[in-house]
Amino acid sequence: MATGTEPPAVSTGVSGGTGVHGASRAAIAPRHLRTDRWWLAPALTAAGLFAFIVYSTWRAFANSDYYAAPYVSPFYSPCLAESCAPMRNGPNWEIFGSWWGLSPALLILIFPLGFRLTCYYYRKAYYRGFWASPPACAVAEPHAKYTGETRFPLILQNIHRYFFYAAVPVAGILTYDTVLTFRDEEYAWGHMGLGSLIFLVNIVLIWAYTLSCHSCRHIIGGRLRHFSKHPVRYRLWGWAGKLNNRHMQLAWASLISVALCDFYVYLLATGAFADPRLF
Amino acid sequence: MTQLERRQWDVVVVGAGGAGLRAAIEARERGARTAVICKSLFGKAHTVMAEGGIAASMGNVNSGDNWRVHFRDTLRGGKFLNQWRMAELHAQEAPDRVWELETWGALFDRTPDGKISQRNFGGHEYPRLAHVGDRTGLELIRTLQQKIVALQQEDFREYGDYEARLKVYQECTVTRILKEDGAEGGDSEDGGRVAGAFCYERESGRFFVLEAPSVVLATGGIGKSFKVTSNSWEYTGDGHALALLAGAPLLNMEFVQFHPTGMVWPPSVKGILVTESVRGDGGVLRNSEGKRFMFDYIPDVFKEKYAESEDEGDRWYEDPDHNRRPPELLPRDEVARAINSEVKAGRGSPHGGVFLDVSTRMPAEVVRRRLPSMYHQFKELADVDITAEAMEVGPTCHYVMGGIAVDSETAAAPGVAGLYAAGEVAGGMHGSNRLGGNSLSDLLVFGRRAGLHAAAYAAGLDVRPAPDEGQIDAAAAEALRPFGAGEASRGDAVGPDGPGDRPAENPYTLHQELQQTMNDLVGIIRREQEMEQALEKLAELRVRAGRAGVEGHRQFNPGWHLALDLRNMLLVSECVARAALERTESRGGHTREDWPGMDSDWRRVNLYCRLAGTEEGAATDPAAGRIALTRRTTEPIRPDLLALFDKEELVKYLAEEELHE
Amino acid sequence: MSASTGTSASASTAYDAKFRVWRGDAEGGELKDFAVEVNDGEVVLDIIHRLQATQAADLAVRWNCKAGKCGSCSAEINGRPRLMCMTRMSVFSREETITVTPLRAFPVIRDLVTDVSFNYAKAREVPSFVPPPGVAAGEYRMQQVDVDRSQEFRKCIECFLCQDTCHVVRDHEENKTAFAGPRFLMRVAELDMHPLDAAGESGLDRKKTAQDEHGLGYCNITKCCTEVCPEHIKITDNALIPLKERAVDRKYDPLVWLGNKIRRRGE
Repeated sequence: MATGTEPPAVSTGVSGGTGVHGASRAAIAPRHLRTDRWWLAPALTAAGLFAFIVYSTWRAFANSDYYAAPYVSPFYSPCLAESCAPMRNGPNWEIFGSWWGLSPALLILIFPLGFRLTCYYYRKAYYRGFWASPPACAVAEPHAKYTGETRFPLILQNIHRYFFYAAVPVAGILTYDTVLTFRDEEYAWGHMGLGSLIFLVNIVLIWAYTLSCHSCRHIIGGRLRHFSKHPVRYRLWGWAGKLNNRHMQLAWASLISVALCDFYVYLLATGAFADPRLF
Repeated sequence: MTQLERRQWDVVVVGAGGAGLRAAIEARERGARTAVICKSLFGKAHTVMAEGGIAASMGNVNSGDNWRVHFRDTLRGGKFLNQWRMAELHAQEAPDRVWELETWGALFDRTPDGKISQRNFGGHEYPRLAHVGDRTGLELIRTLQQKIVALQQEDFREYGDYEARLKVYQECTVTRILKEDGAEGGDSEDGGRVAGAFCYERESGRFFVLEAPSVVLATGGIGKSFKVTSNSWEYTGDGHALALLAGAPLLNMEFVQFHPTGMVWPPSVKGILVTESVRGDGGVLRNSEGKRFMFDYIPDVFKEKYAESEDEGDRWYEDPDHNRRPPELLPRDEVARAINSEVKAGRGSPHGGVFLDVSTRMPAEVVRRRLPSMYHQFKELADVDITAEAMEVGPTCHYVMGGIAVDSETAAAPGVAGLYAAGEVAGGMHGSNRLGGNSLSDLLVFGRRAGLHAAAYAAGLDVRPAPDEGQIDAAAAEALRPFGAGEASRGDAVGPDGPGDRPAENPYTLHQELQQTMNDLVGIIRREQEMEQALEKLAELRVRAGRAGVEGHRQFNPGWHLALDLRNMLLVSECVARAALERTESRGGHTREDWPGMDSDWRRVNLYCRLAGTEEGAATDPAAGRIALTRRTTEPIRPDLLALFDKEELVKYLAEEELHE
Repeated sequence: MSASTGTSASASTAYDAKFRVWRGDAEGGELKDFAVEVNDGEVVLDIIHRLQATQAADLAVRWNCKAGKCGSCSAEINGRPRLMCMTRMSVFSREETITVTPLRAFPVIRDLVTDVSFNYAKAREVPSFVPPPGVAAGEYRMQQVDVDRSQEFRKCIECFLCQDTCHVVRDHEENKTAFAGPRFLMRVAELDMHPLDAAGESGLDRKKTAQDEHGLGYCNITKCCTEVCPEHIKITDNALIPLKERAVDRKYDPLVWLGNKIRRRGE
């Protein structure tokens, strides 16, 4: 019987159609019947991500205008090649020596890029926005086959937590960079410019985004079976959860703030703008 | 002889709510091959609507609680009309039934020391209701459903077939209990043995027969005969009617519980329940003048048990040992009548109810945590934010205390070997009024007992009764009648007013008229004249229902399904109306305006409904009543149980001579 | 009374709404147009019932509690999976045509009724709760903080809207064999987070089987399940992603893997 608890044999579109147009499904021609502007969210997502990709690619390969004392662009911090601009007390670690001929940004950007690329929120965003898999809820996707994250390369999404581990020291270094902004152009401490404010906002957002990560929430406490036996971790897990509720907002906010930070440094470095000093 | 699919089982359980599933689990665990048949999808039964909790005297919150206290509360709530042995078994076994749910995966709310948390509820002396927020019924159903799946997984490992020993026939309806050859239904005392059930699949309309020596009826209630009800469409009194037609009597059908707090607005959700936990957790009832009117409605029998002032009532939530509870927590019948009177006196809310307020009693966040689904229900159905404003509520038909008369120990229906009943469809346990929370425990306790004894009975038979082929043919013809209404019956031997001469009736219209009749004339407050009027109207509807016709074909045809359910609703409604007319007193869920007092002589009287006349007779003269009433005196309450009460209290309920016995 | 209730009560004028309802069966069907009366405070299910009572007596529809508690009346309204009983007519404009179709991920039976047996089959594939050995009924002790997570998942009313909207099976029938769907992956998570489930002791690793047997890897966390859930369960964030992380613990975390290997050898 059809409403029994045994399902009918899986029919793979004998009559030609698949998915919602499969032979057994209700015969409705349109791919979806949504009347709202369902395409708006994926379109905005795609546009936003695309804009960031274009901007960051340009800046990452530029290999110039990333340092204007006391500010270092977050794209180039830490700076791991010999070719880096010298920054007093700044994150100059010449681990890669002189053989590295490309932009030093590429050495370090791998980590935040990997962190964001495997992030559970960004995955949703680009699967929907770029891949149309699915474009929106209950809107049929255009692909004939789908295996999700079961195979190479997407199975690699499972390594998100290692990028999280890497993202923590990177955020630490950016914090250090932010501390360094409380100097003036002559490296004297106890000063603050508009840039310091921008850096401050950025680092708060970076930390909030990093700590709101699903992997972080899991490692802090989510993996526990008995919260009652680990009260401290339970409390931390609760906080991570509260942040996690805003993971999407934080992902966008920190993405924009990091680009703004870089752009601010660019403006200073090219001399297009002078950093207003507050004190 | 009709050719149709037949399957053999040891036990067939009709209904997949709490009682049905618990019965099926027990029968299967006792080794019986068991089939469950239900009108909805598996896991959608009306039990999911239960919100408050499962009453069981585990004593987790107040260690003073034990089964005796629970028994006492149950009898008080039922105004001593309960089948006392059922109430005793219920109170004794409920804790075990709750605890075993945990071993099947249920997750109740917890106390600080990790035990099952228990909450206060109307009529219960101590916090007693095991609960999960306000979705306890869902937890119960899901747990039982998952236990069934667990048993099926066991069978799969053993036999390679999930359904080898336990199968759920979902979206199927039973229209007749089949009996063995030669046994007639009707009014004979020895109704013969059960041999199976005649069923149809709702989706395809296909008929089939489940042959089994034991049938457990667990079909729930009758609310769909009333207009304003908290019950779902399934509650058409199927089990009650099946039992009647199989020759088993119904007991005390006049007792219908009107839950005091149903939604009154918007119209489309009128009747949907507002859980009693709202009051248990601090919600108060006010009239349009802002007065907590319940203080004016505490009946004498409860005077000592309830707070006299608002202050005392408020203190009780914090310190229940030194204060008496607020009268909002009186048994449901009292609260429902009080609301009814306030509205009649012109002190009602804009949409004809009263105000139930939690917004001024606790912070918004507490409301959302303690009453999440109420918060949702009002937000999404009525656009009312209960953390900011009061709800409007009024009485709604909720539960029938009456039901199939059963043996207290075995849940067997007398006179029909192999027929069992449990849950709301069975009568007696709750007397004249059910306490909140006692329903879910009733389902578990007597569901298990029914399954146990049904399996034992089936196992003890040497020769299985075979269903009478004539009954199968008759059942098939009966089920097909709505398709031929207006023409096919033209040639039948019917009188001048017979069905053939008139156009087919729309089953939806008939249903609406029936609901209106029962609501208006046999509702919360009853009068002799009105009930006589109701009986006349029912006779008219019976005649017209004979002509109920439907369009289309048998595949998932809701009009046809309703046409078939009408028979059941009409039978049950007649029982309610006749019994209510007969009982000349007011008690619990039966309030007579013309007989306002509770009469201790009536306490000992049980009213039994049986089918009158024959099937042929009914076909020739559909206007004639189909129900005959008989009175029976109950057995006296066992002395050790009576000893649990104070003499002063017993005087209020029992007749003089009972006290001296 | 509130302003909202007050205004809607006073503005109570019935009007005729334009409805487009899919009628048909497995052989075929089409969207049929109806004009139906709508009264104040009604939901889509009320209108479907009015259609049944007045214009299409044999219109097939599943429903039950009419209060959003049983999850029977799932359908797609203007292309979005929803419960008909919880979709208020007031969210639509009076001019709008409201399209109601059956769930499009499951085989259709008739009109708005679909064959949801896929879900019941998947339910059976998830091994049940394993009671802790040696703990008698009545002796179970659990802290509220430890049951909170699983309790959220147990709010599920099995309306199967998440199963319907999930593109893994909605758009790819062939994945139905390998993929349990959000509802039943959430069930795995619920059991794995149950403080007393003894599956591990009995040799069943739910974290691992989630991926190996129930198709967790198919989920690409695009969150439609969470979007449609009428109970507002955060299926993706609280069940599926934590379950993915738990699978990572088992399968992709060399440290955890090594630790387990050593510990097992030690036992």
